[in-house]
Amino acid sequence: MTYAIRTTTTAQPTLLEKVPPLSWALALLLLVMPLFASNFVLFQIFGWTFILGMIGLSLMFLAGYGGMVSLIQMTVGGLAGYMVAILGTSGVPTISLGWPWWLYIPVAILIAAVFGTLVGALAVRTEGIYTIMITLAIASAFFYFTRQNYGLFNGYTGFNRVVPPDLFGLDWRQATPFYYLTLTCAALSYFAVVYVARSPFGLALQGVRDNPRRMGALGFSVTAHRILAYTFSSVIAAVGGILLVWQNAQVSPGTAGIPQVIDILVIAVVGGIRRPIGPFIGALIYVLLRVYSPDVLLAFGLSGERFKLLIGLGFLVIVFFSPDGVLGLWEKYKARREKQADPLRGGRP
Amino acid sequence: MQSFFKRHPVWSVILLLLIAGFVWLIATPWPPGLEQVMGRKRIFLNAVLSGITLGALYFLVASGFTLVFGLMRNVNLAHGSLYLLGGYLGYEIANATGMWLLAFPIVFVLVGALGLLLQHQVFRRMEGEELRQTLVTIGISVVLADIMLWIWGGQSYQVLSPDWLSGPMTLPLVSSLRSNGDPVYLTYPQVRIAILIAAIIIGLAMWLVLNRSRLGMLIRAGVDDRDMLAASGVRIQYVFLAVFAFGAGMAGMAGIVGGTFQSLTPGEDTRFLLASLVVVIVGGMGSIPGAALGALIIGLAEQIGLVYAPTYSVVFTFLIMALVLAFRPQGLLGAGR
Repeated sequence: MTYAIRTTTTAQPTLLEKVPPLSWALALLLLVMPLFASNFVLFQIFGWTFILGMIGLSLMFLAGYGGMVSLIQMTVGGLAGYMVAILGTSGVPTISLGWPWWLYIPVAILIAAVFGTLVGALAVRTEGIYTIMITLAIASAFFYFTRQNYGLFNGYTGFNRVVPPDLFGLDWRQATPFYYLTLTCAALSYFAVVYVARSPFGLALQGVRDNPRRMGALGFSVTAHRILAYTFSSVIAAVGGILLVWQNAQVSPGTAGIPQVIDILVIAVVGGIRRPIGPFIGALIYVLLRVYSPDVLLAFGLSGERFKLLIGLGFLVIVFFSPDGVLGLWEKYKARREKQADPLRGGRP
Repeated sequence: MQSFFKRHPVWSVILLLLIAGFVWLIATPWPPGLEQVMGRKRIFLNAVLSGITLGALYFLVASGFTLVFGLMRNVNLAHGSLYLLGGYLGYEIANATGMWLLAFPIVFVLVGALGLLLQHQVFRRMEGEELRQTLVTIGISVVLADIMLWIWGGQSYQVLSPDWLSGPMTLPLVSSLRSNGDPVYLTYPQVRIAILIAAIIIGLAMWLVLNRSRLGMLIRAGVDDRDMLAASGVRIQYVFLAVFAFGAGMAGMAGIVGGTFQSLTPGEDTRFLLASLVVVIVGGMGSIPGAALGALIIGLAEQIGLVYAPTYSVVFTFLIMALVLAFRPQGLLGAGR
């Protein structure tokens, strides 16, 4: 989806021909979506897709370009959401400080980024599966901590009525404004990831992923690149987390609970962690399953609560057959079709 | 041990002093000044004992996890689900037969068989692909958690301990002095003491098997160098199967234990997965004594933290983990690889 948007903002005549027409069509479709889609589709399906896609994108950046599968992204987003509730306004006036929006949003993102960086600094001391274990342990510690701490995080109930500020006289929780808000944020973070991946830092990071010792020998600081990657991805995750809290109008320990942490991994892996568009595809599939699978299950005479089973089984199938996710399946299919069309490789013209 | 004293004389002295202070806190009646600072001694003793028994439970869960990890380099994130499944099965068996002890071998076999199936059908197909194995275990844990929620619902279950284990017992620990100078001894639930003793016996048995038997030799060799062991003619797949089944069975039995002195609810699976992760990170991956030490430290930190700083107790656990990672990334007793 957002893959397509890329074409609209970088519309130069030379690029016009490079970009496939399908992407143009998708970009246009996304931009005019509010004209015909219902409020439910705009707010619940696409708003949620863009938000989860952003948090998944931050994981994709770490996993795809940095080779570090981190389960901390949802927690970073959750912390940013908590900070918005604590520093801004919420339904718990005894804790919330009531700062103005231009102050609390940057500070919340900053705090979340610092937290993500610290976790990253711990996690990069280890490699591979150890990173998963350590980030999962920290994520669960955050969940249990927010659940038992009442002084700062208001314990089990969390904060309700956490809403976006009234900018330009608009209620940003209305379907159409919220759709454009999330679309803009998602597109910006998508371009940021695409840009950073091609910048010297991103190239060095991919070098570190492929061969840390060689990059170290070339004079690059392996640790610094990895930690910086955590910082960058934390910023994206933080923005996603704030949007998520605004969408639900509340934040509680369950916002960054362990199932949610796992869901982000599922989204990124199902979509494909090799390309930035992957998490958004994964998020769309996840959201569609989440929203519509109860109806489908009920139609088959099963209880609607079993959607988790469906998602888990789907994830298992994808991981089993295509480690690159849905994008990997698509590329396999394309490669096979090209091969069939090519007489030199045994296909018929 | 000897070499540790030689290499770190200062640290050894500090550690010994700390341990001596701890023993003094436990063994003697407290002077009134100390009681004013730290509260009643009974509360402290109870926290320490709860910590040790919780550590015993953590050890039961984490020992299988660390063995599987050490041998196969496979982070089994479905370990918590095996724990919860064992607990539920144990509850059903104990209810149906009325025999608490009978549940242990049956659950060990059932959950161990599930472990065999997982290792044989799933993990063997993707050997060496660590990330994919980890992702698959996550998928399995999601599916298992939902199936268990389907069967047993969201309410909480408690496995009832048998009559001969219920009720309190008196421990030879002085909790306070009466006004006439008589010592008051501490009473503590019998079942927890039994579980602590069982955990110690199981730990010792595991240590014996690992260090004194042929199978243990194979496992230790596999932990050190898997390829070399396979090259020297050992059918390593059988060793893998045995270890995975054992680890799964241990998690299942720990589920009964956990169901007896805590409760079984959806969500306990992730709690114990987290506990195993932290215990193994702190103690050192793949090391049984490390798992024991880590479990003891984490159990004590959690319970003492819960008594003296209720809303921050998770932070202690987390801080311990962060400190260990910062200064000794391979874990306290881990082999630096």
